[in-house]
Amino acid sequence: MRFFIPLAVFLLLAVFLGIGLTLNPREVPSPLIDKPAPAFSLPQLRDPQVTLTAESLRGKVWLLNVFASWCTPCLEEHPLLVELAAGGAVPIYGLNYKDARDAALKWLGRHGDPYTAVIVDPDGRAGIDYGVYGVPETFVIDRQGVIRFKHVGPLNRKVLEDRILPLVRQLQK
Amino acid sequence: MNRLLIAIALLLGAAAAPAAEAPAAADPVLEQRVARLAAELRCLVCQNQSLADSQADLAIDLKTQVRELVRAGRTDDEIRDYMVARYGDFVLYKPPLKATTLLLWTGPFLILLIAAASLALYLRRRRARLADGGLAPEERARARALLDGDREET
Repeated sequence: MRFFIPLAVFLLLAVFLGIGLTLNPREVPSPLIDKPAPAFSLPQLRDPQVTLTAESLRGKVWLLNVFASWCTPCLEEHPLLVELAAGGAVPIYGLNYKDARDAALKWLGRHGDPYTAVIVDPDGRAGIDYGVYGVPETFVIDRQGVIRFKHVGPLNRKVLEDRILPLVRQLQK
Repeated sequence: MNRLLIAIALLLGAAAAPAAEAPAAADPVLEQRVARLAAELRCLVCQNQSLADSQADLAIDLKTQVRELVRAGRTDDEIRDYMVARYGDFVLYKPPLKATTLLLWTGPFLILLIAAASLALYLRRRRARLADGGLAPEERARARALLDGDREET
């Protein structure tokens, strides 16, 4: 009994610390999940005369991918987005975050353009509305314009195939 | 070694070079409120700094946003709610008291209570043991036997 209590305390601490080690402190749970996607009305990258609103995307399931040409981790996930776009499973809309238009166009020219449309957010205002704190970030938005999932950091095949695509298929039904 | 340290110091200095700070308003009262709010909001990029301390791009953007909200006449609570709506309770350095944070707030007091109770229990048992000479009856008998045995041998 005398040895059992410290051992039990130690094991309890070890379990809690062990769980703590597997958590990613960078991943802050977003309060926007299951909330309506914040409205935006922003000019498009390719044709700045034309604006795109969140409202106009109602009725379809879409991905919002926040990216920038200065963002190195974006390069990591980019081939995956290009591949996803080629498959045509779900339209991807880009949010070009705090970027210069020329640089963004050049970047898309060099690495491929998976986006159905790209909107520009030069001062990061829309980014703040979407709670963006680390580019890249990806949102899944449903037909009713509600955010259903958010991934912070570069996408990988596991997240895409285990989380995002099943969710998209379920939402598209 | 010294040269290496200097090189590291220079590199760190370059990395920490502040990005362009948003222009401060001329109004010192307003600036004071912005500074106070920024001090209680967390920078999400550099998680252990407040917005006031951080020179990260996002922190500067958020400070600008706070300044604009203050200028637009929003109350402190409204500005805090604005940040929480976008970034969650995590942006607050002082987490709100609610069901999910109950343990966080009461935990230290619970542990203090458990520690105090254990101490009281321990002291009571100790006093009881000392009162009867610190030995149980059978221990006492054994000690007596040992001591008597000793005497016989000598």
